Amino acid sequence: MAAKERRIILKNIDRPGYGNDIDSYLEHGGYEMLKRALQRKPEELRDEVKASGVRGRGGAGFPAGMKWSFLDFKSGKPIYLVCNADESEPGTFKDRQIIHKDPHQLIEGMLISAYAITAKLAFIYIRGEFPEGAGILERAIEEARGANFLGANILGSDFSCEIYVHRGAGAYICGEETGLIESIEGKRPYPRIKPPYFPAALGLYMCPTIVNNVETLCNVKHIVEMGGEAYAKIGRPGNTGTRIWCVSGHVRKPGYYEFEGGALTLGELIYDVCGGLHPDRKLKAVIPGGSSMKILRADERFRGKDREGNEYDLGLEDLVLDFDGIALSGSLSGSGGIMVMDDSTDMVEALANVSSFYAHESCGQCTPCREGSLWLKKILERMARGQARLEDVDLLKSVADQIPGRTICAFGEATAWPVQSYVSKFRDEFIAKAEQQAAGRTGGNGRSAEQVRLV
Amino acid sequence: MSNDNQPELVTVYVDDREVQVPPGTNMIEAAAKIGVEVPHYCYHPKLSVVGNCRMCMVEMGMPEKDRATGQPVLDDEGNQKIMWMPKPAIACATKAMPGIRIKTDSELTRSCQEGVMEFLLVNHPLDCPICDQAGECRLQEFATDYGRGYSRFVEEKNVKPKRTVLGPRVMLDDERCILCSRCIRFCQEVADDDVLGFVDRGSYTTLTCYPGKQLENNYSLNTVDICPVGALTSMDFRFRMRAWFLKETHSICTESSVGANTVVGSREGTIYRITPRRNDQVNDTWMADSGRERYKQVEAKNRLLHPRVDGAETADPEAAVAAASRLLQGGKGIAFVGSGRCSVEEQYLFRKLADQVGAKSRALVSRVSEGDGLLISADRNPNVRGALVTGLIDELPGRELSALATGIDSGELDTVVVYNEDLTAAGMTAEQLDKITVIYLGTHANPTSDRSQVALPTLTVFEKNGSFINQQYRLQKFFQAVPGPAGAPGDLRTLAGLLAGNGLQGHPGIDDVWEEMSEAIPAFSGLRFMKIPSGGLPLEVPSRLRDLPYAEGKTLHYEPAGGEPAAV
Repeated sequence: MAAKERRIILKNIDRPGYGNDIDSYLEHGGYEMLKRALQRKPEELRDEVKASGVRGRGGAGFPAGMKWSFLDFKSGKPIYLVCNADESEPGTFKDRQIIHKDPHQLIEGMLISAYAITAKLAFIYIRGEFPEGAGILERAIEEARGANFLGANILGSDFSCEIYVHRGAGAYICGEETGLIESIEGKRPYPRIKPPYFPAALGLYMCPTIVNNVETLCNVKHIVEMGGEAYAKIGRPGNTGTRIWCVSGHVRKPGYYEFEGGALTLGELIYDVCGGLHPDRKLKAVIPGGSSMKILRADERFRGKDREGNEYDLGLEDLVLDFDGIALSGSLSGSGGIMVMDDSTDMVEALANVSSFYAHESCGQCTPCREGSLWLKKILERMARGQARLEDVDLLKSVADQIPGRTICAFGEATAWPVQSYVSKFRDEFIAKAEQQAAGRTGGNGRSAEQVRLV
Repeated sequence: MSNDNQPELVTVYVDDREVQVPPGTNMIEAAAKIGVEVPHYCYHPKLSVVGNCRMCMVEMGMPEKDRATGQPVLDDEGNQKIMWMPKPAIACATKAMPGIRIKTDSELTRSCQEGVMEFLLVNHPLDCPICDQAGECRLQEFATDYGRGYSRFVEEKNVKPKRTVLGPRVMLDDERCILCSRCIRFCQEVADDDVLGFVDRGSYTTLTCYPGKQLENNYSLNTVDICPVGALTSMDFRFRMRAWFLKETHSICTESSVGANTVVGSREGTIYRITPRRNDQVNDTWMADSGRERYKQVEAKNRLLHPRVDGAETADPEAAVAAASRLLQGGKGIAFVGSGRCSVEEQYLFRKLADQVGAKSRALVSRVSEGDGLLISADRNPNVRGALVTGLIDELPGRELSALATGIDSGELDTVVVYNEDLTAAGMTAEQLDKITVIYLGTHANPTSDRSQVALPTLTVFEKNGSFINQQYRLQKFFQAVPGPAGAPGDLRTLAGLLAGNGLQGHPGIDDVWEEMSEAIPAFSGLRFMKIPSGGLPLEVPSRLRDLPYAEGKTLHYEPAGGEPAAV
């Protein structure tokens, strides 16, 4: 049996009777850590976060303490903190739970973080599709201001800080931190080139800026509570703390689950925690970290040497659930969105769906992503419509290969990785589809073109 | 490191060739220094770097250093080990640092270039046969150099707006646009008229003008120049001539004393367009729209095509010159009115003629208006400083020719020689002109030429060689692009004829004029026309001239005098 959930971030979420108002939060020890943090020096808090080893929960898994250490404290310019609440990666729905059900946890985490990085102004950039969440945050901020947890001279200290909620307008790319910064500045969210525009030096309004994910900022509160070293003991080295996994797709109990780093395997998560697949279905594939990550095939073996030099030979279900564990598969745990597909899934249609999303969301700033994403979508939609050609299989791969590593931001990878991985891992299925269509020129799975509806 | 002796430069390597550049130079410029072109679309030397086209991606490497000690890591043969980055870098945003290396022709670089070229072409209409940019299109050129030569794209292309009128002079074809954003950045950063932007997303992104606005500033046509493809076209030039048929002649814009460097495009004696020529000391890569229209004066309806004597056209220019000479000899009080639009050479000979006939006064018509702070200065005469250097005038021209009017009214003056100016526009009345003998030299008919006893046709700036001295005291030359009217023998020849008619032989050509000027004028010492560099030559002039209260305010690359001498 798998390890039990360890709820740190989700501790009060879904607890019967726990509301998202400040009273519920205060009843459960809310804002105590802010009080404690204000007694300490900002640099001490930064050291705690560094010692905790907490990695960013937005997707890239970059150590948050190290990100903070890049901040240019000597520029003389104001320092900004931005909370990235643009949770847009398909398959990811963890930040939404925090925002809706425990907003004060985020606000407390942000205030402590702002104090630690000496920011007087902080933003919560929330995706446009979360109007309810934005309202909840606005109300929570007002509540916190009423209790002097926010505003001028917080709790009688010298520290003053404001938090503004900035709503997006419905663009995935706003989750990219420099695109997000441009969006706050009121411009099109075109990601910036790095170098030279690293946010820690030239961020919001060209001032030093830290952009952290919702879950990451919530963790800061708990790091202060436990102390960085104690926090670092949770989970595995390099994968400290807990992670919230969002499981969706063909499992019986999809949902969000919080586990210590490395506490269980992907197989245990799917079968023991999420109740396994539906009757008479077989596991076909898993996307381990949001739809942009490389897909894993149920029957493939992952072989190689890990960081310590130990050889490994793992199946999909053996993969340990944390950053490094999933990385052994050649994919990444990304934003924690685990999407499970059983054998009823048509991989061509699934990929057409994913590519359609990324073509729609490409900001269009740089050439490979702008043109590549739409081209891929057009090919895949044509294949799904029943007009597949045998050469499309290699063409897809070749077009996708021209994108990653050549774009301004990581969206290039997000648009290419699914295509590269689906096509290479399910090549036989793509070829079979092309051949079948060429033979009958009917739609996918024997359906007519009209029946194949793309989302 | 090898650059210890030259702290101001760093050594970088382009395809293993050493280049010395100032630190911070981007690698496109560094490569260009040794003649290696890194293909690019969005990068423009005079605009901010956005790195969106990805065409300039190159393989990049840095000298490997030991992390602990900072010492260089050497390979088995004792050479500096290079850490080549697995991902390509964009050369436009890669700054020169000691030892940095790029490969402009490696497998990775070529694969990147081929990929970007393919992507740029998938939704491009490929309508080169009807596109004005053909022949000077970076998309065409780089598709040939770096493309794969065939298309793998079988899907339907995107459909976008065609023939969008962005303003009075610029037309947009969105399907051709590669979204490099050069025009947007130009409007924001140079023209200070932020009217262009993108709407929609991804591959459907569309360039457009903000609602209710137009791209109508006086620099709008620069967006056409810097558009690397045929998306932005000039409404004046489109569909009129293929770019490859144009003969390109270096010229100088006569809009104002800025003296923007230009290229005149002509074919078979007809001018089709004027575009800016890069000069980082004068106009960068820009010029005003109004200056581009100037070629239209060549074929203007009021052009003087033949000499006129006593109002009658004559086919014999020499007879007309002789008639003018006779009038000069008969004049008792002669005044000379020169022009700040004439070349240095013409001003010199005009002054000489004035001296020869014993002129009582010499003046210049002032043309001062408001400057735009960029490339049109307050002094709309391109060559007032030429008149000062050649001694045609000794002080800045006044707003009106009041001394001349007084001289006519008092009867002191009975003859005036006017060079390409309209005296009625400079404060004189028709009645005053009717009282005296007027000898007119000029390109176009005007109320003054209408009242002249002799009118001698001259050439526009496009029809002759010559030089101007701009607001920076930079001597700049222009060349003949098209032949002048059959009846106009050329300014220098006409002036030489008048000089000869008054007893002074010589000066048949521009080189002779320069030979004489280099002796007579200290600022031109040792100079010849052909020796003037194509980017112009800053002149050393006495402070008496430098410190005059010139009309110009601040423009691009020019700070007005006042404390500081005029910048060079």
